[in-house]
Amino acid sequence: MSLLSALARMEAAACGRARPVATVRHRHLATNPLVLVPLTTAGENGAPLGVMLGTDRSAPEVFTVPQPRDRDLRFAFLGRLAEAMLPHLESCQDEVELVERKETDPETGKRVTVEAELCADAPQVLVPTGPGVDFVRLLGRSMRFRRTAEEDPGAEHPAPPRVPLLGRWLTHYGERARVPGSSLLLSMTGLLSRHWATGQSQLEDQHLGALLAWLAPPDGLGGAEAALRAELGRDARGQLLVPPAGPATDPAFDNELLAPAIARYDKGVPGAAQEVHELVASQLRPTWEAMWQGVDLLRALPEAAHVPDRWRRDRQSYTHHRDRLRAAEPPQPRRDDAVTAARKLAMREQRQAELDAQEALDDPLVMAVRRLAGEAFLAEVLEVEMAYSDGKRPSPRPLVTVHTQDVPLLSDGDKLHRQLPTGAQQRAELVEMAGPGEYVLRLVGGMGRGKEPAPGTVPEKGDLMCWTLFEHAPRGGPGLPEPEETPWTHGGPPGEPSAERPDPVTAEDVL
Amino acid sequence: MTSSSLPKQTPPQGTAPADRQATVQRLAELRGGPDVPQRPLDARALAALAANPGCRRRALLDGAGVDKSAVAHALGSPAPFGQSQFALVRGNAFEAAVKADGGEVLLALLCEHTGAARPDPAEVTVPQLTADGPAGRAFRTRQALIEADGGRWTLLDHPLLALEVAGSTAYLEPDALAVHPDGTVSIIEIKSFPILDGSADPVKVGAAARQAAVYALALEGLRTVRESALLVCPKDFSNLPTGGLLQLRKQIAATRRQLRRLTRLEEIAAELPEGVHFAPDQEPAALTAAVESVPAAYAPECLSTCELAFHCRDRARSAGDVVALGRSVRGELGGLTTVDEVLAAASGDPDNAAAKDPAAATLRRAAALRAEALAAAEPATAPGPEAR
Amino acid sequence: MTAIVEPSGAVAPAERAADPGRAAAAATEAILADTLDGAHRGVVVDSPPGAGKSTLVVRAARELAAAGHPLMVIAQTNAQVDDLVDRLATADPQLPVGRLHSSEPRPYDPMLDRHPSVRTSAKPADLAGQDIVVSTAAKWAWVSAEEPWRHAIVDEAYQMRSDALLAVAGLFERALFVGDPGQLDPFSQVGVEQWTGQPHDPSTSAVSTLLAHNPALPQHRLPVSWRLPASAAELVSDAFYPYTPFRSGTGPGDRRLSFAAPADGSPVDAVLDEAADAGWGLLELPAARTPRTDPEAVGAVARLVHRMLEREGGTRSERDGGADGPGSALSADRIAVGTAHRDQAAAVRAALAELGGVNGAAAEVTVDTANRLQGREFDVTVVLHPLSGRPDATRFHLETGRLCVLASRHRHACVVVCRAGVAELLDEHPATEPVQLGPVSPAPDGWEAHQAVLARLARHRVRLE
Repeated sequence: MSLLSALARMEAAACGRARPVATVRHRHLATNPLVLVPLTTAGENGAPLGVMLGTDRSAPEVFTVPQPRDRDLRFAFLGRLAEAMLPHLESCQDEVELVERKETDPETGKRVTVEAELCADAPQVLVPTGPGVDFVRLLGRSMRFRRTAEEDPGAEHPAPPRVPLLGRWLTHYGERARVPGSSLLLSMTGLLSRHWATGQSQLEDQHLGALLAWLAPPDGLGGAEAALRAELGRDARGQLLVPPAGPATDPAFDNELLAPAIARYDKGVPGAAQEVHELVASQLRPTWEAMWQGVDLLRALPEAAHVPDRWRRDRQSYTHHRDRLRAAEPPQPRRDDAVTAARKLAMREQRQAELDAQEALDDPLVMAVRRLAGEAFLAEVLEVEMAYSDGKRPSPRPLVTVHTQDVPLLSDGDKLHRQLPTGAQQRAELVEMAGPGEYVLRLVGGMGRGKEPAPGTVPEKGDLMCWTLFEHAPRGGPGLPEPEETPWTHGGPPGEPSAERPDPVTAEDVL
Repeated sequence: MTSSSLPKQTPPQGTAPADRQATVQRLAELRGGPDVPQRPLDARALAALAANPGCRRRALLDGAGVDKSAVAHALGSPAPFGQSQFALVRGNAFEAAVKADGGEVLLALLCEHTGAARPDPAEVTVPQLTADGPAGRAFRTRQALIEADGGRWTLLDHPLLALEVAGSTAYLEPDALAVHPDGTVSIIEIKSFPILDGSADPVKVGAAARQAAVYALALEGLRTVRESALLVCPKDFSNLPTGGLLQLRKQIAATRRQLRRLTRLEEIAAELPEGVHFAPDQEPAALTAAVESVPAAYAPECLSTCELAFHCRDRARSAGDVVALGRSVRGELGGLTTVDEVLAAASGDPDNAAAKDPAAATLRRAAALRAEALAAAEPATAPGPEAR
Repeated sequence: MTAIVEPSGAVAPAERAADPGRAAAAATEAILADTLDGAHRGVVVDSPPGAGKSTLVVRAARELAAAGHPLMVIAQTNAQVDDLVDRLATADPQLPVGRLHSSEPRPYDPMLDRHPSVRTSAKPADLAGQDIVVSTAAKWAWVSAEEPWRHAIVDEAYQMRSDALLAVAGLFERALFVGDPGQLDPFSQVGVEQWTGQPHDPSTSAVSTLLAHNPALPQHRLPVSWRLPASAAELVSDAFYPYTPFRSGTGPGDRRLSFAAPADGSPVDAVLDEAADAGWGLLELPAARTPRTDPEAVGAVARLVHRMLEREGGTRSERDGGADGPGSALSADRIAVGTAHRDQAAAVRAALAELGGVNGAAAEVTVDTANRLQGREFDVTVVLHPLSGRPDATRFHLETGRLCVLASRHRHACVVVCRAGVAELLDEHPATEPVQLGPVSPAPDGWEAHQAVLARLARHRVRLE
């Protein structure tokens, strides 16, 4: 944890309320996000108990499974989930803008510019917690290899139509959520703790109720008291006042309330299914409310400048998935091959570096973290001396002497970067450490193509500016071979991408 | 895999019999008398040990077998742990299903993962281990291990192992043990979390590995233990068993060292005031005083492993201990240990003692940078929850 | 220990007894035989610190070239590439060597320009026809070859990430992979859990992936460290190379470190004398929790360096006439200070400048982090212990590679500066690391390695009150 975040936590602990660690909102927040609150059955792998979802806080849909270990009931639940979620997930497929894209022509092998569609928006899904994101991934994995009766007429237990399709969407959203800075699928605890520090630990921040208690404690309570009530407070029946945000349920709820109700359902007691439904809904509703409370808090923050750039990548990712579905490609494989894994890692590393840079540029509180770490410094210009490069066409290479109170970790020849008022980037090299806090920099870019620098690109005496030791738009690495050209060191080509087989349906599926 | 039967280090040293008797008696006193039963060193106690080996309070109470759950309840900070009956039923049903054929499936998985030839079920010895009481069961297990024939497989279902911990005997129940024809033993753990597409939750696998490491230590001196245990779990979304190898080398080394520290219980106990004990039914004030008389090393990680954690957290928070905000916040705080000290050092007040800590200069810079950034963004952040 | 897997490459008694020079030569011959005439597409060589890895690479490259096999050489950093090219050209001034470089300013070390047979370019086509072309993995990844090279040498292969090998492996048919398994593992700043334990986890080392997919490849190791003195080889081998042990090429007493000026009675001088005598020294400061740039520890490091120079240290070794020869002065460029963090290195540099003046000899001393000291060699090192004064032992600080790099840079002696209480800190360190199913990891355990090093250092402790 950075010292500045630690300090914010101390402030919060001392004053009993959360304190900001960001001054702008660093993640995209859709006008109508789909809020999804899932619950799962303890001890079962991928056996949902119920879900509350919707884009309208006053009208959530609730689906539950009266007996989670019954495969047919589970499929019926997933079928309804697909019918509820897919219209939202598919809602942005058709409104597109045309953009230019570089592509390798398959015949000539040359890079050519082609026109491509880019969806104008993409649906956003919000879940309560990090384990909720994992659960979306797990649901995706459990559904995408299922076969419907239409795909496999001989299937013993065919999945309802559209269930495999939902599995592919959830898999895509779950995988996209691993990309730093992406916003297609986000957890509320992650969003809130990115922007505020509480007076408790990061571990305790995983509890959505406790986290919100610090952000907006009920009247008269301090954050710590309110959080304690959210964590441990129980009613006369021994039930938690604030049920867990899932996907796991509270064991006391399972044992005291849910298990007897399910047992009544199993015995065929009339109304038992409705009883289970209401019990599960009672556990979902407080989290549903908490989700929208979180959305309100986040909306109050102005959006950071680079968020639309990053959201555009999310839209690209959404569009690509749409295209793969339209091209009837098979579902995402169980495991990545060597090339796919390496490509994903390279892309995520690039996005991470970009996110780190953009958050710092957008937010003085984040830049402060980098300044304290010696990775950036705020400097005042003492002197500017015009100079030019050698060569046939001399370019401007002005020498700028600056002074800073910060303590950058610099050595000779280091490259420095700053953002010009226009948003463009400028690079410089460290020429000399002239004295304590005094540095001579040579500007080497961002001044246009002419012999004289473009107006406003060379600072003047007295200007204040922030230089960073990190690049603002890190370049991607070199290309990797195509999967069918995987070298011998990595096991050779993975072979024909045979369609992944569905998970075998066994008698042991249900206990 | 090859194994060496020569232990590189000596096993934990038992104390001399007379001392041992004294320790057993002392630990019983700490529990509140000879009639209070000793809690076993169960999976949760092991997890608490791994999560916070340096906590003296945890070490003493777990070592003495005190019912920490009852103590926490009596202190007014009950532990929120519980197990859902759904998980319990599922776990038991899976284990029963896996063992339904007398261990054939277990041995098949073990052979598949160790590269051994699969034995004819008729060629496998499955000794009877039932007996009255834990001591009897542990004796039967010991005998069965010693007597296991060379040259054939022996499978021990629900064996009971005894391990000297802190001067008293703890009983441990592995799910199964298999003696290979070469005389070495494999530990087999059956868990109900899934292995999905070949991978399992690394946190749960880690806990299983630490548990198996304790069994390995309990087997020391009986037979050579293979340092990879077999973990048997449901495959993907089914209830079919599948297996994976658990590497125990690091866990064995760490647990051995941690258990050795437990043998210093006498030292911790010796520092207690006269007559202090932890019986949950005593006066709450006396119990609180007793618990407070042993120093704790609270960290938020305790919350998921130790029954007393909420009590300790409350104390840590009221003392303003920075570690209540997470172990990682301490990294750059030097000798400053409370929130007040840190904020005083950050405020730059030269009269405060905290200002002299070597960490103070960086803290002052951090506070100044933070204030500068917040001031720059003041209008923008006004609607946030911090504005009051 | 309950059960110990016998190290697969355990030193045979006969090898232990043999003359280190002969043992090393035998290993080299076997490696060259497999590389030049072997049936396998890959050969892996584990090389402990200072075991002659560069010498091996230069020799293998020259023999392949001499046998009429042009080859590509892949190293990880520009400094490594420049060093290799310089060694190749020095060893054989006629050998046509190409140095493929980036198009950044100052892309290579200008010292290469003094070798007439070395051609430098940013374009692979310019270097066609050179017997040997050397570049970084990052640069090679941009090269596309019509015809793959018949042979390649991959240097520092354990520090190369699997995905970096994937990007260049299509450029060659067969390769010799050489590296040090004990140094810092490659890593990623982003989460890689979804691939952990899989054979082609892109964030693991190139050698792990290579061997996971090609388990039958011959694996060799260089058995003798020519850098580490007898006092260090055993400890470093036991703690960091439990599966690939090695020995020192020199015996006890073959190397000597001494100071012309007598000790002034201070703990700093006392620990220097201890290190001169025993090869190790521990300057222990009173227990305290400190920030990373602990002013007292940083000051102690600076004073150690300062006194070493002030007392006119001298070294004698097999390089300059043996233990009784005239020896060489322990000049500032033969001393290094190693730290875990960059801000610590910066604080030490500042403290040295203050003590000795910016232009004083102390300013010539290399002060850097473990990451940047990898592969380098000095006579004496001063190490700020990664866990000194820390309240916690994080995975970063426990990483064996970091400690291994810091403890294996010296030819004569290593002095560690540390706050008391690290052993207790390690004992209290939570052991809750997540665990993956699967085959045994050949890496030693950071926690055990730290304990082993501490136990050894405790024998050479001088307290600074």
